[in-house]
Amino acid sequence: MGKLNRQQMAWRAAQDLQEGMLVNLGLGMPVACSQYVPHGREIVFQSENGVIGAGPLAGKNAADPDLVDAGSRQITVAVGGVVIDSVASFAMIRGGHIDVTLLGAFEVAANGDLANWDSRIPDKGPLVGGAMDLAASAKAVWVIMEHTTRKGGPRLLDQCSLPLTAPHCVKRVYTNLAVLSVGPDGFTVHEIIPGMSQAELQAATGAKLTFAPDCGTINAPDLADEE
Amino acid sequence: MAIDKRITAATEALQGIKDGATVMLSGFGGSGFANTLITALRDLGRRDLTVVANSATHPLAKTQILIEAKQVRKVICSAARGRGKELSAFEEQWKAGTIELEVLAQGTFAERIRAGGAGIPAFYTPSAAGTDLAKGKEIRRFNGRDYVLETAIEADLALIRGDIGDRFGNLTFRGSQANFGPGMATAAKLVIAEVFTAQQDALPPDRVMLSGVFVDHVLAVGGR
Repeated sequence: MGKLNRQQMAWRAAQDLQEGMLVNLGLGMPVACSQYVPHGREIVFQSENGVIGAGPLAGKNAADPDLVDAGSRQITVAVGGVVIDSVASFAMIRGGHIDVTLLGAFEVAANGDLANWDSRIPDKGPLVGGAMDLAASAKAVWVIMEHTTRKGGPRLLDQCSLPLTAPHCVKRVYTNLAVLSVGPDGFTVHEIIPGMSQAELQAATGAKLTFAPDCGTINAPDLADEE
Repeated sequence: MAIDKRITAATEALQGIKDGATVMLSGFGGSGFANTLITALRDLGRRDLTVVANSATHPLAKTQILIEAKQVRKVICSAARGRGKELSAFEEQWKAGTIELEVLAQGTFAERIRAGGAGIPAFYTPSAAGTDLAKGKEIRRFNGRDYVLETAIEADLALIRGDIGDRFGNLTFRGSQANFGPGMATAAKLVIAEVFTAQQDALPPDRVMLSGVFVDHVLAVGGR
């Protein structure tokens, strides 16, 4: 088994969401997590535009352009869900009521700094959205991202090179190679993909790794990658 | 004369809006854009507008027709990146230096509007502390944590989208249509709502989601 694909990364992160949590999913890989929550576990998904209890994507017949999530996707509302306005939604976010926000990222630093909003694309306008509010104030910030850049450079670093979304906020990172936590001693590895050595993982990382004594392997199911 | 805020066209209601006005436009992700009213504002031809809208580039919002018509001097938003590689109308003018941009964390954007409507001139927020967006802003430490001073935003005009309106200007919203509408309605001197339908009979009090106190005119445009 090689690197995890994007669906498998989303699957792995979803296994750690616990019953009753209020969870905000960022654009991209994070929103895929909702479909991999273990059966019977009830999670409340918060969408920053005010949908509390966001359900699965609406089928073609049920799609309603007036009901969308943070990614402009036409969705359903889960049983027990409500819709509030943006002022109330961000009061909920800043007020520390979100248990976990799962965000995509460009870089994460060993001190928990997160860079996920500005990749310095020439001439393209900035896109901040709700990421700064979520990163600053959720009880826990978890990141899902590829372990390295397309050119093979590290994304887990001693210090972020891109503009920060928030300092000292990331608690966990789910990559296509490993599951890590971020603490006072930097990155600690809890799981690695089968067949990869600690030295190989360290070589793909731009900060010193500590390996948990019970460091295990990621056993993800076979999942077709989206296209 | 009974109160009746229902109108049949926006042109007359918009006449008092001058060049240089600040205009709030509701909407998020394709839901809650007052596109009929934005088109009427474009047709009015006022220039040097400051547009307060969450996205400067959303493909389903008519915000871009104001920008394309070069009627916008400044945009205050949380999202200014168009989809795809080609530059949006906003990005073209921003790159050329002919349009000014103030980009904010979305929660700060929402709360500055709320503050504007609630008589709060400024507030401290944890969002964006320690980032480039806090540069040049006052930072104050409370309980060991840094917060950024942000000031209220008020507007001359808000154009919002609701579902059902009544003659008192009371509104309901459907789906995720509310988003920035209720906040913006509190923070603007003149508020026009476009709705699916506008009825003579008052909505049941416990179904009203935005009090008509904050709404000056209601225009039925259909389109549910």
